[in-house]
Amino acid sequence: MIRYILKKFGFMLVSLFCLVTATFVLMNAVPGSPLQSEKATSETIQKNLEAYYGLDKPLIVQYGIYLKNLVQGDLGISMKKKFQAVDKIISDSFSYSLKLGLVSVVTSVVAGCVLGIIAAMYHRKFLDNLAMIIAVIGLSIPSLVLAPLLQYVFAVKIKAFEVAGLNGPMDYVLPTIALSATSIAFIARLIRSTMIEVLNADFIKTAKAKGLAGHLIVWRHALRNSMLPVVTFLGFLMANVITGSVVIEKIFAIPGLGKFFVQSVSDRDYPLIMGITIFYAAILMVSRLLADIAYVLVDPRIRMSGGKGAK
Amino acid sequence: MKYKKVLSTAMAVTLAGSLLAACSNDKNNNTASPSASATNSPAESQASQENKTPQEFRFTLASEPPSLDPALMTDAQSSIVASGLYDGLTRLNPEGVPEPAIAKEWTMSDDGKTYTFKLRDDAKWSNGDPVTANDFEYSWKRALNPETASEYAYMLFYLENGEKYNSGEGSADEVGVKAIDATTLEVKLNSATPYFNSLIAHYTYWPVHEASVDGKPEWAADAKTIVSNGPFLLKEWAHGDKLVLTKNPDYYNAANVNFDTVTISLVEDETTVYNLFETGKIDWIGAQAGVVPLDVTPKVLSEGKGEVKEIASTYYYLFNTKQKPFDNVKVRKALSMAIDRQAIIDNVTKANQTPAYGLIPPSIGGLDGTNFRVLYPDSDYFSENVEEAKKLLAEGLAEGGLDKFPETTLLYNTSEGHKAIAEAIIDMWRKNLGVEVKLSNQEWGTFLETRDAGQFGIARAGWGADFNHAINFSYDLIHPKSLNNDGKYDNQAVGKALDDAIVATDEKARLDLIAQAEKTAIADDMAILPLYYYTTVTMKKDGFEDVVSDYAGHLDWAFGKKTN
Repeated sequence: MIRYILKKFGFMLVSLFCLVTATFVLMNAVPGSPLQSEKATSETIQKNLEAYYGLDKPLIVQYGIYLKNLVQGDLGISMKKKFQAVDKIISDSFSYSLKLGLVSVVTSVVAGCVLGIIAAMYHRKFLDNLAMIIAVIGLSIPSLVLAPLLQYVFAVKIKAFEVAGLNGPMDYVLPTIALSATSIAFIARLIRSTMIEVLNADFIKTAKAKGLAGHLIVWRHALRNSMLPVVTFLGFLMANVITGSVVIEKIFAIPGLGKFFVQSVSDRDYPLIMGITIFYAAILMVSRLLADIAYVLVDPRIRMSGGKGAK
Repeated sequence: MKYKKVLSTAMAVTLAGSLLAACSNDKNNNTASPSASATNSPAESQASQENKTPQEFRFTLASEPPSLDPALMTDAQSSIVASGLYDGLTRLNPEGVPEPAIAKEWTMSDDGKTYTFKLRDDAKWSNGDPVTANDFEYSWKRALNPETASEYAYMLFYLENGEKYNSGEGSADEVGVKAIDATTLEVKLNSATPYFNSLIAHYTYWPVHEASVDGKPEWAADAKTIVSNGPFLLKEWAHGDKLVLTKNPDYYNAANVNFDTVTISLVEDETTVYNLFETGKIDWIGAQAGVVPLDVTPKVLSEGKGEVKEIASTYYYLFNTKQKPFDNVKVRKALSMAIDRQAIIDNVTKANQTPAYGLIPPSIGGLDGTNFRVLYPDSDYFSENVEEAKKLLAEGLAEGGLDKFPETTLLYNTSEGHKAIAEAIIDMWRKNLGVEVKLSNQEWGTFLETRDAGQFGIARAGWGADFNHAINFSYDLIHPKSLNNDGKYDNQAVGKALDDAIVATDEKARLDLIAQAEKTAIADDMAILPLYYYTTVTMKKDGFEDVVSDYAGHLDWAFGKKTN
């Protein structure tokens, strides 16, 4: 297990290096520059700015400097948000995205499982149909539509919630619904289909024959086996949700990371683009690693390759 | 069983994690205490007791101020916030007329090149230090210092040897600004600049506190390290979220400052901003501090809930005058005359903009309180006339040796608004002239580079005021040497008139020359296709007074008050 994780970790570092290089090259290949503005600046001023930010050096030298700083854990200073350190921007905004993201992940898993279990247990009955109708609605309404709708109905008309911001626990309700709708629906469908399959498996029939109570069968045997695909999905969901949703952050005015990422690209804020890309990639890789590990923990049939077996 | 335990532990860790994150963030919010709290005087609490109405003002900005360092600021967002934090030698009133601020009075030499400012002696920095002439000398030289890398350093090129120092050739000592004593500042200019007392109200000329700034470039990114001298103090700056300003009790003019607290939230989405206003969470929308969404604008205006105000910005299209067929003046005139500007305003932009037939917007000042556009109307520069346009187009194409209108593209930066306008215009060209023009849009950064490089036939452009003078809309846009003249319009007569305007000693003569240059460029040459002068739609909650859109279309709030 340790060896497996170390190996994965090695791969992660190599992938990160490739990503840094590719992003650096692409970013500089795109037309436009962080020093550009609508009003033209004189050549002297342009020269001063380039010298200040080191953009007058050859690209390969800039790349070398960036790598050197990166290895020392220095992500640099934003070029557009004057003198704000990139790592500070990321950590500040990530705290918002993370909080909202975790609440949504928990909501998605709990609500998704409940809907899925109900649907599977009442297969082809009214509750199944109802749960699946909810799921289809959740899957098909994009957050771009759902978020403003929730805002208008529950904040402007009914006035039960605030229009925007994340100042109290109640402020999480609307963004969480908007953020989790799709994954709730997805998880519900996933649980339903695997559970229907599992419920028909031989070992469940044995358990029933043994005289085990219905809820125990579902909880102890069927659910755990149905969780496997959800765990896989969870790795993806975590990475996706905690890094912040641009749309939801914009509509509910949440100062999360997604907003800064989009803005950094349109600003051509090189250090911020690099910093957030690296951060995103690291989060994605770590969540996938965690999902792999969780997979083993949930399903003992799976063994880590190269190791002596998990335990 | 074992696995269940693992799962539930994982769940517990996750939940605990989110709780911890919540706690740590609350702490962060609370620790942002004002640097000035140490100097808090009882005056603050007294002031708030006198007024029964809570004096709080709340508005939004679409994006965070990139900097609150006067030397590094370049945008409206920053200036709206910072105009409450700093005070320059003069301060513009909402009409754009300079009034004494830190400077009590000033004298000008006969040749108009030397100004001597007498500073008030009761102005203080937020840390208690007095504001002196030395602060201004330091700040101006700092902004010009090439190592400061100020984008707006050119605002100080009016100073003798300012440009030389900024280019790395001269030294700081040669720059034409000198503190004679603590309250006397002597300024030497390259040439007579009658609008200098309005220029010094611009943020690039604002003072900074040397000891708090020198060698600490990050000083202006944090509420705790900002030392300022204006009517308000920055109490909190939660990056990406909000800024909170409180009244500065030690401000020399504190008696005229009414708001105790000003909260500026950063909200990008226009509909969210409107919903915040409708639910009473903010007091103001408009003038670069939030935008009234286009789909509700007609309703807001017809119900009298909003106001339309002219601002000093022009929306226009650039012709690439070095490219066929736009090198021909008749073709340019034909395209401009075939557009029904009022129809675009009524059906597309919908905020009572003013059709533009020139470059200089109506809210730009002129002479003796009469605006430039009133003295020199643009209505006779050309007329919209489809028949005449058809004739000119045919003649123009023939002169250029073309048998039909060549394939061309209208380039704009990606935005729903610009797209709608461009579609309406190519439709008018198609119907009125039988000309096909394709549309192409590019993301902002790419667009600027393409336009700069002259890789376009027709391109969208807009220009807003840096200072309240017509020269800002003429020299920059149509002078052959201007770096912003992206259409490469080159008429030496226009260049000469504008050069003469800059050095003219008589203001009337100067404005005459500018008007003459503008008229030549548009009426004779149609170098640029003017479309409309911008307006801003503003909404404010009842009871607020003296919070307005200034001449340039920026929210001016520092001396506002709430009456009920």
